[in-house]
Amino acid sequence: MSEAYQSPAPAVLLLQDGKVFHGEAIGVKGTASGELCFNTGMTGYQEIFTDPSYYGQLLIATNVHIGNYGTKATETESSSVKIAGFICKNFTTDFSRLQAESSIQDYFVREKLVGIQQVDTRELVRHIRNKGAMNAVISSEIFDLGRLQEILGKTPNMDGLELASRVSTKEEYFLGDSSASYKIAVLDFGTKRNILLNLVNRDCYLRIFPAETPAEKILAWGADGYFLSNGPGDPAAMDYAIESTRAILKTGKPLFGICLGHQILALALNVPTFKMHHGHRGINHPVKNLVSGKCEITSQNHGFCVDPETLLQKTDLIEITHVNLNDDTVEGIRLKGRPAFSVQYHPEASPGPHDAHYLFDQFIDELADYKMNKS
Amino acid sequence: MPRDHTIKSVLIIGSGPIVIGQACEFDYSGSQASRSLREEGIEVSLINSNPATIMTDPVTADHVYLWPLTVESLVKILEEQKIDAVLPTMGGQTALNLAVEAEKQGIWAKYGVRMIGVDIDAIELAENREKFRNHVKQLGMSVPPSYIANSFLEGKNAAQKIGFPLVIRPSFTLGGTGGGFVMKEEEFDEALRRGLDASPSHEVLVEKAVLGWKEFELELLRDLNDSVAIICTVENMDPMGIHTGDSITVAPAMTLSDTAFQKMRTDAITLMRSMGNFAGGCNVQFALNPENEELIVVEINPRVSRSSALASKATGYPIAKIAAKLAIGYNLDELKNQITKTTSAYFEPTLDYVIVKMPRWDFEKFPGADHKLGLQMKSVGEVMAIGRSFLEALQKACQSQENRRMGLGADKKEWIQTQDILKRLETAFDDRVYRVKDALRLGVPEKTIHKLTLIDPWFIKQIKSLVRIEDELMRYNVAEDIPAPFLREMKELGYSDGQIAWLLRIHEREVYRHRMKLGIRRTYKMVDTCAAEFEARTPYFYSTFDRENESVPSDKKKIIVLGSGPNRIGQGIEFDYCCVHGLIAIKEAGYESIMVNCNPETVSTDFDIADKLYFEPVYWEHLKEILDLEKPEGVIVQLGGQTALKLAEDIHREGIRIIGTSFNSMDIAEDRGRFSDLLKELEIPYPEYGTARDADEALAVAKRTGYPVLVRPSYVLGGQKMRIVINDDELEHHVLTIFKHMPENKVLIDQFLERAKEAEIDAIFDGEDFHIMGVMEHVEPAGIHSGDSHALLPPYSLTEEEIRTMAFYAEKIARSLEICGLINIQFAIKDHQVYVIEANPRASRTTPFIAKAYQVPYLNIATHVMMGTKKLRDFNILKNLQGYAIKVPVFSFEKFPHVDKQLGPEMKSTGEAIYYIKDLKDPYFRKLVSEASMYLTR
Repeated sequence: MSEAYQSPAPAVLLLQDGKVFHGEAIGVKGTASGELCFNTGMTGYQEIFTDPSYYGQLLIATNVHIGNYGTKATETESSSVKIAGFICKNFTTDFSRLQAESSIQDYFVREKLVGIQQVDTRELVRHIRNKGAMNAVISSEIFDLGRLQEILGKTPNMDGLELASRVSTKEEYFLGDSSASYKIAVLDFGTKRNILLNLVNRDCYLRIFPAETPAEKILAWGADGYFLSNGPGDPAAMDYAIESTRAILKTGKPLFGICLGHQILALALNVPTFKMHHGHRGINHPVKNLVSGKCEITSQNHGFCVDPETLLQKTDLIEITHVNLNDDTVEGIRLKGRPAFSVQYHPEASPGPHDAHYLFDQFIDELADYKMNKS
Repeated sequence: MPRDHTIKSVLIIGSGPIVIGQACEFDYSGSQASRSLREEGIEVSLINSNPATIMTDPVTADHVYLWPLTVESLVKILEEQKIDAVLPTMGGQTALNLAVEAEKQGIWAKYGVRMIGVDIDAIELAENREKFRNHVKQLGMSVPPSYIANSFLEGKNAAQKIGFPLVIRPSFTLGGTGGGFVMKEEEFDEALRRGLDASPSHEVLVEKAVLGWKEFELELLRDLNDSVAIICTVENMDPMGIHTGDSITVAPAMTLSDTAFQKMRTDAITLMRSMGNFAGGCNVQFALNPENEELIVVEINPRVSRSSALASKATGYPIAKIAAKLAIGYNLDELKNQITKTTSAYFEPTLDYVIVKMPRWDFEKFPGADHKLGLQMKSVGEVMAIGRSFLEALQKACQSQENRRMGLGADKKEWIQTQDILKRLETAFDDRVYRVKDALRLGVPEKTIHKLTLIDPWFIKQIKSLVRIEDELMRYNVAEDIPAPFLREMKELGYSDGQIAWLLRIHEREVYRHRMKLGIRRTYKMVDTCAAEFEARTPYFYSTFDRENESVPSDKKKIIVLGSGPNRIGQGIEFDYCCVHGLIAIKEAGYESIMVNCNPETVSTDFDIADKLYFEPVYWEHLKEILDLEKPEGVIVQLGGQTALKLAEDIHREGIRIIGTSFNSMDIAEDRGRFSDLLKELEIPYPEYGTARDADEALAVAKRTGYPVLVRPSYVLGGQKMRIVINDDELEHHVLTIFKHMPENKVLIDQFLERAKEAEIDAIFDGEDFHIMGVMEHVEPAGIHSGDSHALLPPYSLTEEEIRTMAFYAEKIARSLEICGLINIQFAIKDHQVYVIEANPRASRTTPFIAKAYQVPYLNIATHVMMGTKKLRDFNILKNLQGYAIKVPVFSFEKFPHVDKQLGPEMKSTGEAIYYIKDLKDPYFRKLVSEASMYLTR
């Protein structure tokens, strides 16, 4: 007989509660830890990898084939991969798409990402569904479970963890045409590129501020409206952002928040947030718009949520505009009689359905109304 | 909007007899819709002329009308019943056409019936190609350049402008009938003529062919609040150019980026919303140019379509059930996901597995038929397979086909001449996927295969990886040498033990034994619509080789029902009907009912029919592991046609009880020699016969029996390759043809009873009592396959003495075979002498027909008898039929223009209808009889 069967390079996944999965290494050789989360979308893996809201998380793809259509530089949501590590069933280096530039393996190597494939991802998802989100570690270099436990011990807990400042832009910058109709100040907590593009394409000129920019500096620009971006981490740990938002609210100018931005708006209104059992991550979440009575399928990515009980006590001040049809969680709020609103989900999609693009139009309408009433 | 309470009774229109392009998937949608409406307390009336359907059963609807699908029938129903609304979207094109016709005649208005779930204008817009094209263009979407032609000249002009290749699409036809690609100018005239002829409005669309573009299908649901959800996205592995019904299709889409997919999704929603105002299902097909991801709208079906059943089985989302609820006013957000019971019905299912649908063709039944695949659908059935990877699903699909393949190649059925394969791949034939694998195995570059087939390189690369792993396997000589991780990898890629054994030229048992020793077993995962995000309790499982097993056997006593696999000529929807009743009876008897089948069109594989569903190939290796896990009390093989029966021996050998008639008795009935010995012993006449292993033996047998003789291979279905020959030359010729196609088969030669009448008995025996369900007399003489003959229930010309003799013989056979459950016996009657031709120890094709005609729940009774939970005497059987019921065969010949339409011993019909007559003076019947006698003069 010729040489023995060559097993692919191994990798291991250890969960906080001791559960172990063995699989094959993908990406670069190394070790990565973070909070486990799963995304149920069947398209858009590259957009997910580069979404800053996933910072610090180990992502599980429930779709069983990943990599089939390669990677393409324009289909990213930020300048680099933001997930901490990647877990999937079948990782394909053979891709087929004439528009793609490289295979996902090459991309992972360039981005220095650690991953594991040939894992029973369904077992893993069921485990998280039952036990709740937890930390885990992937390694393709350390196989000693004791050492991996040590690494896990040093991995911070997501609850109370501030992460936005780590993925926010370090320097402020401008986007769009300076002669555009509306000047929008964006608080970047880790924004997705397509949120900005959606605004720019609607005649907005954006000034993007680092997350921790003091409110005075943001207000000093004299924007027509404000935008609170998505981002990673626990919103309750972001006092700076809550303070800035309170200052913005005092101006009475239009304000729009998405995802983490939505949670920050709630916190600024003294509505607490809580950590969900295992979050919503996918592109098939049903949301009902209580104002219009219409429904939309939405792209979601969040592990924290706004407390509905408190909202119901503040109905004179805040209106719940959107709810999730699966679990009745709050998906959107609006300040009564004021041009300030936010949604928990991602109207910019990328990846996901384009059903909720109208929210950007709504923001623009409010900007226009505000401008008109003022003049 | 909540349910519209003004709707208290609904009429559902079925799709009629099974034809190619409109099969039992509409029984599935109709039954689901009916159950869904009855859940709401609505009284459901149902019209369908197809007696083999579960939708026309009292378990499904309140009032069943097994009447011809005509406006006259509708009027009769409306006179009899107070109908508030008609739901015409569940019965395919047939139902819609009938509803539209009734609308035009003002019938609905006259009786105050509302049409629900449909917008007639939307239907007409979708069907009228020219209007539809303009509509799409107005929405800013693209369609291929095309021209409408109502005359030959207009057609010629259009071709001149477009150039070749082009497509001809006749307006208002089913399953692409009369349409096709025209690659060269020389072929154009004939194709144009055929297209114009096929269209009832003498209209065709001449369209630029977008050959090789990727093809996708989206299934949508929309409610009156204009909420739309995409239930399923399917990618055709066979790109544009092959009818989607004849394509291997995959879900989820394998090669689609989010950018490309969302554009498609948004366009599909825009399209559906733009097409009138209706609540229900819709299907949109797109072509995508791989060069630049440009999208073209191919077509839209604003109704529950052929692919809805597949989409429902692929995702677990019951499209027809929900569509019916939307039709009576509910909105999606007011309904629950039927699978999780806790989350909303308004969502888009997500898959954590891959499904592959593979069509099943039956070209052998249509000698002279063109095997070439194109715009016109030619397959007669399909299988669906589920796996945790594309390749696992693909190989499982091959194993589900029941065409003696053990997977995708590696099973001694490969082609080995590169030139032959390349030649074959130049045209798309039914065996294309196998030939792609063969070519890759022989080292043909992937690029060449892509150029020949235009199949996306991703699929080709995937198949290529099988070739690599097979090479790797060649390092080993015996099963024991295969390392565990490698064997696991092969199993994960869908290889059967049989394939691995063939590659190593060892026995399958050795692979199996080694695999068991290594503990490499199937695990089962749930189809739950949501990739495990939410807890689901649907007992819908598929096998894979992943780590966790989710199918935990209950401690209840269980009985497994084996289904009949893909539909084909001679074995179709009627066995689905039998299985559904079997499952219901099993539940009644207090057992857990478990269904095993791989046919996505069936009602018996719906998520809420059996207590537990294994959507798996009806293939021994897969079944064995289900038996190991579930440890059932027994398995019912009598309800799944020949497919299920064939597995009886393996099940018996495993020591698992066959519920009902024992394996040995079945074997006697199935084995020609043993059965003839039995008849001899019982002194029952039968035609002389003999078996032969070569032409010499055949000639010797014929000499003994005398000509004419009936020649056929043993162990085939629906009379495949069966011929009547009249002399030595013909016999020799035919025997050689059989051996050429089926080298390892034996040939059966029967004395042919010329001018004999044919009749059959379906009966139940419980060990004590013998009950004849029905005696059916064929209108056409012996020599025409029973499946293709018209037949009357009860007999119309047999003498009482003849019928008594038949009954006497039938009982004698049932008793001596110790039948427990169903038996079907076929007779020939010549000169008042009754001969037994064959006995089938199982439900027959005619069992559902008899149950319907007499309005007796025979399958329920038979299942109880098999299980021993009840005896015949526990039932009060009252046959209720005035006059006669005629079984009318229905053919799909228009799909095969060059096929000999002459009937013979080989079955060709695809479906059947029931037709009631009061007496034998009926003109329809008189006409039948006079036509039938023509066969005698031929």
